Amino acid sequence: MAEYQNIFTRIQPRGPIQTVPLPHGDDTRLGGIHSHLFGVIGDAQIGPFYLGRLGLASLICGFIAFEIIGLNMLASVNWNFVQFIRQLPWLGLEPPPPSLGLTLFPPMNEGGWWLLAGFFLTTSILLWWVRMYRRAVALGMGTHVAWAFASAIWLYLVLGFIRPILMGSWGEAVPFGIFPHLDWTASFSLRYGNLFYNPFHMLSIAFLYGSAVLFAMHAATVLATGRYGAEREVEQIVHRGTAFERGMLFWRWTMGFNATAESIHRWAWWFAVLTTLTGGIGILLTGTAVDNWYLWGMKHHIVAPYPHMGVPDPGPLSAIGGTGAVK
Amino acid sequence: MKSMDTIKALGAVAALAVGAVAFFTLERPPVNVVQRGYRGTGLDEIYNPRHLAAQADLNKVPAMLPQLQVGPLAKTVYKNVQVLGDVHVGEFTRLMASMTTWVAPKQGCGYCHNVNNMADDSKYTKKVARKMILMVRAINSNWTDHVKKVGVTCYTCHRGNNVPQYIWFKNDGPPEAGGFAETYTGKNLMIGPNHSSLPYDPYSIFLKEDPQTIRVQATTALPGGDRHSIKQAEWTYALMIHFSSALGVNCTYCHNSRAFGDWSESTPQRVTAWYGVKMVRAVNTGYLEPVQSLLPSYRLGPSGDGPKVFCKTCHQGAYKPLYGAAMAPNFPELYQPAADTTDTGAMPAAAPPTAAPPTAAPPAAAPAAAAPPAATPPAETPTAPAPAAPTRQPPQP
Repeated sequence: MAEYQNIFTRIQPRGPIQTVPLPHGDDTRLGGIHSHLFGVIGDAQIGPFYLGRLGLASLICGFIAFEIIGLNMLASVNWNFVQFIRQLPWLGLEPPPPSLGLTLFPPMNEGGWWLLAGFFLTTSILLWWVRMYRRAVALGMGTHVAWAFASAIWLYLVLGFIRPILMGSWGEAVPFGIFPHLDWTASFSLRYGNLFYNPFHMLSIAFLYGSAVLFAMHAATVLATGRYGAEREVEQIVHRGTAFERGMLFWRWTMGFNATAESIHRWAWWFAVLTTLTGGIGILLTGTAVDNWYLWGMKHHIVAPYPHMGVPDPGPLSAIGGTGAVK
Repeated sequence: MKSMDTIKALGAVAALAVGAVAFFTLERPPVNVVQRGYRGTGLDEIYNPRHLAAQADLNKVPAMLPQLQVGPLAKTVYKNVQVLGDVHVGEFTRLMASMTTWVAPKQGCGYCHNVNNMADDSKYTKKVARKMILMVRAINSNWTDHVKKVGVTCYTCHRGNNVPQYIWFKNDGPPEAGGFAETYTGKNLMIGPNHSSLPYDPYSIFLKEDPQTIRVQATTALPGGDRHSIKQAEWTYALMIHFSSALGVNCTYCHNSRAFGDWSESTPQRVTAWYGVKMVRAVNTGYLEPVQSLLPSYRLGPSGDGPKVFCKTCHQGAYKPLYGAAMAPNFPELYQPAADTTDTGAMPAAAPPTAAPPTAAPPAAAPAAAAPPAATPPAETPTAPAPAAPTRQPPQP
C-alpha cells in the first residue's frame, strides 16, 4: 500500500535516449549528465540547456536589472555588507516620486535607477518569452506555455508600466524589494478603498484558489491510479486504460461529473491563465475607472450593510489647522 | 540508499529551521479575543494574558502623597515662583516632592534646582520643567476631548526617567551612499514603525506644524480629482502602525477594516484619537519645540532638534496610559486656573460634533475588562479639580 504513496519518485529507468526528429543543428542537443538525487524529485537527466542568443540576451538584461536593484539596496545601507544581508528583506528600490509624473529621465537618485532596472527586467522577461515561444515551435509543440507566461507578463506590465502611464505617474508603480512591494500592495488597497470589493480581484482570487483545487484533484487522481499506469497520460487519452477509467468513475461517483484526461488540462491551463489575466484587469481599473472600490461596491449593492454604527466625521485634521500653536 | 539518507538529513535540518522560526516568532496560546463591534465585522481586540501581565506591571500607579491644601500661597513664601505662585504652600511642596519621584528620583531636587538657592534659574532643567507644567495644565484643561477626566501628570510620560522613554526626533535615517545612487526615500529599512519597512519618520510630517494630510483614501467611488498617491498612503500607514503599537491594540480598535476611512463604520475611539493627533501637534508646536533652545546639545537629536512627543510617549503600549488611572485630579494645581483662558490657545478651532451617536456605543470597556485586576485604576471618575487662586502672573516660559 505504502508503495504508491511515496512522495518521491521510486523508479529511475536508464537507457538509450529516445527522441523525436529535431531541426538541423539541434540534433546534438540530447545528452546530459545523470543525477540520482534529481531522479528522486524529477527526471534524473540534467541538461542539455538550450541558451541561444535570445536566452543569452535575456540573462544579460536580467543580470543588469538584478545588479541595479542590488547595488542600490547596498548603497541604501552605505555599502555595508553586514547590514545588506541583515536588512535584505527590508531594502528596496523605489519608482520616481509622483511629483515627477511620467518624466522619461528622472534624476538617477530619484527613481532613475528604478526606471532603468524596470527597462532591463522587462526586456529580459520579453526576450525569455520569445525564447520559450521559439523553442516550443522548434520542437513541434503548441505554444501554450508561452501564452500562459504571457498572462503573467500582462499582470506585471499593468502593475509597473501600463497603469502608471494611464495614471500619469511612475510613482504609482511597484517598488523592487521584498517587504517594500508587500507594503506597496497593502497601501494600494488602502488608497483605493479595499481591493477586495474589486470584482476582477474577486475573479482572480477565485481562479487562483481554483487552480490550487484543480491541481490537487488532478495530481491526486493520477497518483492514486498510478498503479494502473495513470502517469502515462497521453496514451490514456488516446486509448482509455483502466487507470483513467477508474479515475473518471471515481469523480462521477463522488460528484457526478468528470473531466477527461485531456480536458482536465484545459481546465487547469485556463484557471491558471485567468488568474493573472483578470488580476491585471482589476489593477488596470483601479484609480483609472474606480477610485474607491468599497464605495463602488456600496453603490452597486455588493457590500453587505451593517446595522447603524460608527461616528460622525469630525472633519479633516489638516483643514482646521490642527496645531493649536501657543502664541 | 545514500541519497535517501541525504534527503532525510536535509529534511531534519529544514524541520529544525522551521521549528526554530516558529518557536522564536510565534506566540504561545492562550489568546483572548474581545469582541467590540457588530458580529462579523472582526472588530476584535486580541490579548495574550502573559504579555498583558508584563504590560500591567509597567503601568502601575505610583504611590501618591496625600493632598495638603494648606498654608499661604507659594509666591508669598518663595521667591521667583512664576507658574505655581497661587498654589498653597502645602500643595506646592507636595507637587515638588512628587515631581522629584516622577522625573528625577535618583538626582533629587538638585536635578532642577541649585540646592544652595532654590530660586535660582541657572539650571536648564528648571526652565524646562516650568514650561512642562504649563503644558500639563494646558493638556488637562484644554484637551479633555482626548484626556477626558483622566488627565496627565509628569509621571504619565516620565515614569521615573529624566527624559520620557518614548520620544522622537527628526530622523533622516542612517547614512546612505548617496550621490548617484538612490537617496533618501525615508523608508525601506528595518527601523520603520513596528519593525516594518514603512516610512520610519512619519512623525515629522504629521505631528508638527504644517502637517501633511493623513486622509489618503478617495471619498468618491469614481475618480474625481483625488490625487493622493500610493506613496502617500504608505506614510499614513506608517503613522497608523505607530498608533496601533503605541496603544497595544489592533487597527480595529478604531476602524472597521473593510473601510478604513469611513467614519460611519468607525468606533468612538477614533474620535478620541483624532483629538489626540491635534493635541500632539499642539504640544509639539507649543511646548516641546519652544524648549529646544533651552536644551543642552546632548538632549538633542541627530538633526539638532529637541525631543518631541507622539502617542507612545504617554500610552507606552496601553490603550489608556496607566490603564486609565486618573492621577491628575489628585493634583488640582496641574489644571489651568479657572480665570485663565488665554494661556495656550490650544483649544480646537472648531467644536466637532459629539463623538458617539446614541445608537453607536460599541462596548468601550472591553479592553479594561481584558486587563488584569492589577491594572484597575484607583479612581475612574474623580471629583472635579479645584482650581487654585483666581489670578496669577502671566507665565514666563
